[in-house]
Amino acid sequence: MSNQVTGAQSLVKSLEHAGVDVMFGIPGGAILPAYDPIYDSKIRHILVRHEQGAGHAATGYAQVTGRVGVCIATSGPGATNLVTPIADAAMDSVPMVAITGQVPSAAIGTDAFQEADIRGITMPITKHNFLITNPDDIAGAIAEAFHIASTGRPGPVLVDIAKDALQKMTDFKWPTNINLAGYNPKTKPASQAIRDAAALIAQSKKPVLYVGGGVIKANASKQLLQLAELTGAPVVTTLMARGAFPDSHSLHLGMPGMHGTVAAVTALQKSDLLITLGARFDDRVTGKLSTFAVNAKIIHADIDPAEIGKNRFADVAIVGDVGEAMTALIPALEAEFKKSKPDLTQWWSQIGALRAKYPVGYDHPEDGSVSPQYVIERIGAIAGPDAIYVAGVGQHQMWASQFVKYEKPRTWLNSGGAGTMGYAVPAAMGAKVGLPDATVWAIDGDGCFQMTNQELVTCALNNIPIKVAIINNESLGMVRQWQTLFYNSRYSNTSLESKRIPDFVKLADAMGCVGLRCDTTGDVDKVIEEAMAINDQPVVVDFSVFRDAMVWPMVAAGTSNDDILVARETAPDWDSQEL
Amino acid sequence: MATHTLSVLVENSPGVLARVASLFSRRGYNIDSLAVGPTENSEISRMTIVLNLDGHALDQVIAQLFKLINVIGISEMTDTDSIKREALLVKVKAKQSEREKVAAVAAKYNGVIVDESVASLTVEATGPSADIEALLKSLEQFGIKELVQSGLIALERGSVTLADRTLSTSGLAISDPNSATADYQN
Repeated sequence: MSNQVTGAQSLVKSLEHAGVDVMFGIPGGAILPAYDPIYDSKIRHILVRHEQGAGHAATGYAQVTGRVGVCIATSGPGATNLVTPIADAAMDSVPMVAITGQVPSAAIGTDAFQEADIRGITMPITKHNFLITNPDDIAGAIAEAFHIASTGRPGPVLVDIAKDALQKMTDFKWPTNINLAGYNPKTKPASQAIRDAAALIAQSKKPVLYVGGGVIKANASKQLLQLAELTGAPVVTTLMARGAFPDSHSLHLGMPGMHGTVAAVTALQKSDLLITLGARFDDRVTGKLSTFAVNAKIIHADIDPAEIGKNRFADVAIVGDVGEAMTALIPALEAEFKKSKPDLTQWWSQIGALRAKYPVGYDHPEDGSVSPQYVIERIGAIAGPDAIYVAGVGQHQMWASQFVKYEKPRTWLNSGGAGTMGYAVPAAMGAKVGLPDATVWAIDGDGCFQMTNQELVTCALNNIPIKVAIINNESLGMVRQWQTLFYNSRYSNTSLESKRIPDFVKLADAMGCVGLRCDTTGDVDKVIEEAMAINDQPVVVDFSVFRDAMVWPMVAAGTSNDDILVARETAPDWDSQEL
Repeated sequence: MATHTLSVLVENSPGVLARVASLFSRRGYNIDSLAVGPTENSEISRMTIVLNLDGHALDQVIAQLFKLINVIGISEMTDTDSIKREALLVKVKAKQSEREKVAAVAAKYNGVIVDESVASLTVEATGPSADIEALLKSLEQFGIKELVQSGLIALERGSVTLADRTLSTSGLAISDPNSATADYQN
């Protein structure tokens, strides 16, 4: 029996075989043939309002479910609009498959209408990409794309398909096995590396578990909890790892980095051994690299060999799945600890004192306006640890990482590496599609919100009832903070005037959402409860907040973590600490 | 800083050179030379890349190269264990009276005269980089009108091939990608 189908049918069958249940996209000329079989497919296609929204939605879906997120767009501008979310997914190691239509193969290279070399454009920002001009190659490329996106260090893969390849006939054959000569990610860590790591940990008097987003990608929170409790070492979770380890746990010092807690930042700085788990020594964590944790030996576990030694030399490199690494490390450590277990009492008394003295905190504004930190803290308290929190980029993002208490992995989504403003609304949409029963809060800034809020229309029309908190300080707040601190309060082009225009409540209403407003501290809980009670429509709450609130602590860009400030021109009182 | 030569087996697929070039460009690695061509296997091309960097940076370059899906195998070609050659075509100013001298200089480095005109001779030479450099220096006295050099190419001594070590029949052998001295496979 012949399996003759069009290339477009082969594409849709392939997506079905790959287990896709939903994709986000917008049709257009070159991808149009694919949209005909999509019309009949069991795959849910969500028609977004901008391709960037499709890309971030795919990311949000992938981040909460751990599955591959799929977005689809046409050639030229449709494809280039996916560039930002693809770059974002690459920076945060998100499994994504992006499908784009391309002009007919005969027209490629002629500057045809809506032609863009999206394979060339996305080469540096994808894990891999394909340009398909032969319909026989479609099924294989899709199978390989899903395999590459979801295995090893996850990442985005783009499949660009020429229109004629979608139109021509082919035999559909879903590949049963994938054999890529140049791709065979190593997941099982070397036993020698595990033994070396265990030996180092058994000697360390000031260890820290430096936990990155890889632990969440590897679904390894259980192993992390076991390892942490076995070692008794302090744990820090990076921006990408919030939720990998419960905030309520006594071993947890919170987030390190530019806006990390004094205890987390200082523990890394003073440590003699960083047990690095799926983290990558990002500049926002290390501060000035040459002054970062100068006395620490480094154990670095990562599935990507290129991360080992990229920024910081690793004394022990564990290449492999970080969950498998921890599973192997635990018995090895137990054996070491039987011989001798270091006493961490003194280490804990030092960092425990810092944790007690410098918790993250904030003041209520003297002018009586609403504190943005308070709003975010209350959303976290009321929605609780089972809700999903999705932030944009800027001050509100940092506050959401500091003041929401995360207890579970995959409950905190943000654009960490790329710092993509406008991430929150579409990513929250994708998250809600992936986990329809979860409460999903986008915690967004007024600047971010104005970049991608059009996807609320998509949410309203497709029964995706997310909740959006606009932390409205009528500014590009983080940029304004830097202007305050480093540019003599010269506020060049950071005032958005968004308490005046647009009217977010009316805008929400116009987009088919419920719009709520809150401008007094006393109303915060009531409005959050009101939003929590609406589950049949998206809700947008415009929280009018204090304009000049700042994110603290702070390590200024390019400076040493030793120079962390807890408030403006206020360093921690090191003299009273013995470190 | 030291000069390192990498032999890289890549899938012979469209865009693979762009992927490698883009990687070097975006990571800020400087290439001294790059030579690419077909191999005994029509599905595989071989790149010989010469880089000037320190040993630690080399590990990083190799690890980054391996992240490219189309890269199949990488091996560092050392001076002792491999043959390295460059090719040169150089057009030298040569009056009638100097032709014999040019030919003599070329011959000293196994160069051959492959073209002549009223005012010039074209010399072809193949050899280790140092010989090619010395030949060029010696030819400078006559005046060099134009020259073109291939990048360095390198092949290991002995009967073992890079493909043998990086591609096995049952899929692929896996070595420790962390080991700086091992041959790199993934």
